[in-house]
Amino acid sequence: MLFNSGANSIDTSAKALRKTSLWFAVIALLCLLGADLDISTVDPWQELGLMATGALRPSVWSWSTLLSSLANTFSFALQGIALAAIGGFVLALGYGSSAVRAFCAFIRSIHELFWALLFIQITGLSSLTGLLAIAIPYAGTLAKIYGELFEEVDLAPAGNTPAAGQPLIHFFYTVLPLAWRPMTTYTSYRFECAIRSSAILGFVGLPTLGFHLETALGEGHYSEAAAYFYALLLLIGTLRLWLKKALLPIYLLAVFYYLPPQAQISWDLLVRFISVDIVPAPLRGDTFLSATTLSAFADWCSLLWQQQMWPGLINTVVLGQISLVFTALLALLLFPLNSPLFFRRWGRTLGDGLLVTLRTLPEYLLAFLGLLILGPSMVPAILALGIHNAAIISHLVGRHTEGVLLRGDASHGLNRYFYEVLPRIYRHFLAFLFYRWEVILRETAILGILGISTLGFYIDSAFEEFRFDRAFALILASALLNIGVDHLARRIRLRLHLKTLPESL
Amino acid sequence: MTAPTDQPLFELIDRRLEYQEQTVLDNLSLCIYPGERVALLGGSGAGKSTLLKALYEQRPEQAAWCPQQPGLVPMLSAFHNIYMGALQHHSFFYNLGNLIKPLPAARREVTEIARRIDLEPQLYSSVDKLSGGQQQRTSIGRALIQRRSIFIGDEPVANVDEYQAERLLRLICQQHQSVVVALHDIDQALQFCTRIIGLKDGAIVLDAASDQLSASDLASLYDVV
Repeated sequence: MLFNSGANSIDTSAKALRKTSLWFAVIALLCLLGADLDISTVDPWQELGLMATGALRPSVWSWSTLLSSLANTFSFALQGIALAAIGGFVLALGYGSSAVRAFCAFIRSIHELFWALLFIQITGLSSLTGLLAIAIPYAGTLAKIYGELFEEVDLAPAGNTPAAGQPLIHFFYTVLPLAWRPMTTYTSYRFECAIRSSAILGFVGLPTLGFHLETALGEGHYSEAAAYFYALLLLIGTLRLWLKKALLPIYLLAVFYYLPPQAQISWDLLVRFISVDIVPAPLRGDTFLSATTLSAFADWCSLLWQQQMWPGLINTVVLGQISLVFTALLALLLFPLNSPLFFRRWGRTLGDGLLVTLRTLPEYLLAFLGLLILGPSMVPAILALGIHNAAIISHLVGRHTEGVLLRGDASHGLNRYFYEVLPRIYRHFLAFLFYRWEVILRETAILGILGISTLGFYIDSAFEEFRFDRAFALILASALLNIGVDHLARRIRLRLHLKTLPESL
Repeated sequence: MTAPTDQPLFELIDRRLEYQEQTVLDNLSLCIYPGERVALLGGSGAGKSTLLKALYEQRPEQAAWCPQQPGLVPMLSAFHNIYMGALQHHSFFYNLGNLIKPLPAARREVTEIARRIDLEPQLYSSVDKLSGGQQQRTSIGRALIQRRSIFIGDEPVANVDEYQAERLLRLICQQHQSVVVALHDIDQALQFCTRIIGLKDGAIVLDAASDQLSASDLASLYDVV
């Protein structure tokens, strides 16, 4: 909403929101100047046509491969989220400590694909790698949510109960029951995200749906790809029907039986990886503090910074900011689909069905498809990030409009949208958007693996060249960027008085 | 009461009116003619709001509506909230432009109304910064800008002081051919309206021209049963 506060001195309570929005729009426009937006394929429509044909004629080449990759996807996700819930819970108990908070922020700032790339070096393409790659970043996210929920609960029960010298028991009786419901709701939403992550782990070689999707798409076997694609949609879409709380222990036993987390861990390799491989090359060895080592290290740093880290960071921010604003515009366009103020009954059911389906599509997969159609540039990435994130936000904003009561003589159509609804939901909308900001930037870095020159591109190249020291430094850079954005988003939310607890984001 | 010869503006015959699936008024028959200024009186819960809503729904295209809960958009300025009454007089793009930055013609029109309802100093503040009385005047402003022939208002001046209430009621009566308002002030009803309808216990218990009534005749409407 780019209202101009200007000469006529409009003084509304939404002034700060407008100003912030305007700044983000201006920054995104400046980013557009430096973005690579070429469409390099000769005939994008032809590839799209082939894909559409494939999508209409899904064919399963091997049922056993399909089913086993489906089972693997589910297993990694369930194991990962279970471990993350336990780890996140333990971490959340110490969430008052700033060291714990920083630790959680750090582990969740590294994307699950980067964790996977790291673990593959140590534990190979094993079931343990898949489990850890999901469990670690998700534990950081869940710890944050659980921790904030514990802080938000009503303090009266805790205050009215004698301490009895057992703080943990005290906590179990007076805090946990109050936070339990939102904890389970949020965790089950995160499980849906974990399935997407699990599927995507296939793109770096783990045996999930993504592995076969990438192969089939890369070879142009769109009918086969469609089958895997629909399997993923079906898995996520039907979760609520068969993943019942009472059956959860059985599912957990089943997935650990089906895919026990194991790996051939060579301890020598692990020690070598940590103590040698990821240490900047000039610092390896004994002559640690000699002048030549230090000057070699300075060269290493400046080379890495100039050739990879700086361009990677810039491109990540450029793509991230454009995608953020594109997401915002798309979400504002789409939310009426799930709003009773614009669509009734069937119309709304259909509209929300579309949003939920779009939300189910992992942005990484969308970007991969986009690259096949449009060729390598930032355009497919912007589209992919926008579609996925806008679907999430517009679903929630639409649901939020259920609480808006209009007068009997309220306007209709576009007038209603701009005058009655948009001003009322804008604050909430921005809150949702700023929650997604960090996620969008994390994803932006990752899309580099597909060949867009964000940080992920340089990280992936470094892994391919076995330059783990560079890969590690670049991963740290992306983590710091995400922590910075998370921090900034939090500051902006506080300054604009946006609700601070996430719903299902 | 002189029997008007025109077609009735509003006509209810043996109607049952419900609010949240509860019958509020039953076997209700009522005719209101053009040119009448009708005050609805009665204790809270007597069914005034329900009746007004039923009347408004009979003529949504001719009546300006001023509900008890003004339903303003809190984060928009009073200017925009008043202008919202005139959205259908303008094209969509004019409306959109005016939302982004108030346009000169709209500004002149709204300022003129704001002057009459004493809202000029607050015109460009968002209504969540305004007092209850200022919000109510904003709501009246939205009704006035519609330039309709009928005004239907539910306690439109309940939150403003007595002096201002009289000014506003006078303005409302000047600007509309026919007026139907729920009021809680008996003197205001007698002063500004030509006809008074008293509601009690789900029925019309009084319906007379105001020049045939005195304040004491009306007091019984508020007696506790």
